[in-house]
Amino acid sequence: MAIQVRHINKSFGATPVLRDVSIDVKPGSLTALLGPSGGGKSTLLRVIAGLEQPDSGTVVINGVDATNLSPQRRNVGFVFQHYAAFKHMTVYDNVAFGLQIRKRPKAEIRSRVKELLHLVHLEQFATRRPAQLSGGQRQRMALARALAVEPQVLLLDEPFGALDAQVRRELRSWLRRLHDEVHVTTVFVTHDQEEAIEVADTIVVLADGIVEQAGAPHDLYDNPANPFVMRFLGPVTEIDGELVRPHDLELSTSDDQKCGPQATVTRIVRLGFEERVEMLLSGQETWAQVTRGTAHRLALSPGSTVYVKKVDDP
Amino acid sequence: MIKHALRWTALLYLFFLLVLPVALIAWRTFGDGIAPFIESLSSPEALHAFQITFVVALWAVAINTAFGVGMAILLARHSFPGKRLLNAAIDLPLAVSPVVVGLALVLVYGRFAPVGGWLESLGLQVIFSTPGMVLATVFVSLPLVVRAVEPVLNELGTEQEQAAHTLGAGPWPTFLRITVPGIRAALAYGVVLCLARALGEYGAIAVVSGRLVGQTQTLTLFVEERFQNFREGDAFAAATALALIAVITLLVTKLLHPKHRSMDSR
Repeated sequence: MAIQVRHINKSFGATPVLRDVSIDVKPGSLTALLGPSGGGKSTLLRVIAGLEQPDSGTVVINGVDATNLSPQRRNVGFVFQHYAAFKHMTVYDNVAFGLQIRKRPKAEIRSRVKELLHLVHLEQFATRRPAQLSGGQRQRMALARALAVEPQVLLLDEPFGALDAQVRRELRSWLRRLHDEVHVTTVFVTHDQEEAIEVADTIVVLADGIVEQAGAPHDLYDNPANPFVMRFLGPVTEIDGELVRPHDLELSTSDDQKCGPQATVTRIVRLGFEERVEMLLSGQETWAQVTRGTAHRLALSPGSTVYVKKVDDP
Repeated sequence: MIKHALRWTALLYLFFLLVLPVALIAWRTFGDGIAPFIESLSSPEALHAFQITFVVALWAVAINTAFGVGMAILLARHSFPGKRLLNAAIDLPLAVSPVVVGLALVLVYGRFAPVGGWLESLGLQVIFSTPGMVLATVFVSLPLVVRAVEPVLNELGTEQEQAAHTLGAGPWPTFLRITVPGIRAALAYGVVLCLARALGEYGAIAVVSGRLVGQTQTLTLFVEERFQNFREGDAFAAATALALIAVITLLVTKLLHPKHRSMDSR
């Protein structure tokens, strides 16, 4: 295992933030720590980096017990949510910092920094200051700076949290491609389930300082361990007290087959390709997600009566 | 109407308080040309006063810079019991009259006081000598560097330092390469303020120096002594020199002021 976290407990004052947390991160994987804010995911990342000291438990990085190592001895790359760019240095000097601290030969530093700036598409910005870069460029500079020292693991704290939606989506797929190129074991923190599912190959769901579930994205989506994970990973609605995904509901207007309970349509919302059908089912609000074609075929409108059936394992 | 009245009042006020006295000193100094000015300042006593003033001021600035940065880091980066007390104590020199500071130092470090006596037995004379004058100057200018640097450290935050740690930098390289460049402008501002205060100090120095002409006499003491002895020419020349140094440090301060600088760089 690249990272083994065992029985970590951490409190800030009287408030427990991590409670007996244990996770494994496979070498070369891209793991997301997913959870609501205040769930302890950033603290766990900082414990792995050595920026926070756990109250108890151990952190093993590539087989070495790192629990009592200072951050500068762990050889981890850390990308901060707000980049923590060295404001008084140029982009080049930011990226070169870790190599200069390690007293590498000048020529080696120059070629390595050049290579990294190429990797993050910032070659022409080498002499700029961080203040002259956009948010996305600053983020990529921070990433290059962390990668420069060839870290054993790369840790990213809400890497896209401070960016607008458009840049966010671009950087997301770029990070995925970068990871496929560089292959460094990566752990990133996010509160956005869509981001976690799209980018990560493993997801660890953390809430209230406890690991709710860990596994592959589709596994967590299809077989959530508990209602919390199910709610957090995707849209849910309730039928007869049971949690279901709204796209797993089949609607029909004829009751000739066994079609399940009857409901009354209250509203139809068009969301481009899909339509969101809101219904009242024995006094309870529920909704189904259907394609535009289905909605058209059933000729649904507010007031229509429909029969709702759950599709098992599509 | 009211605006005009206010403006004239302000101008007249400043004229009688500031412009007239300073102009008169300059006029009296240079009334007979520049030769008497140079002659007054090149007497052995005057030259010695210059020398002792700068020695004391530079020591005081060096000590306050090291202490000030350390104290500012302690206050901005750490919490500990007694922090509020320390915070209040740092501002104490601003509230206490320098004469009181001087007397207090004599009480502790004087020849017949326990600490002073012990130091004297080791061959170190504090009161009526340079160490005591440095001590007094350090005391009166104590808050200047701390108070200039501390808010900038707070604003800077710890993320850049943490990033440097994760990149393999230990505490000392991080301090030199990340923290110091971050506080550079504020530090320079504090140092210049401290220097100006140290050069102009009179009250505490007057008590601890013993005013020994040619030995512990600083420029401010020189001015006072010459004035009392009806050597007004010397007094005015030295006063003008002090005022010039003050104006120069003030100008440097204006150029280095953090707000001024940050406006330029945005």
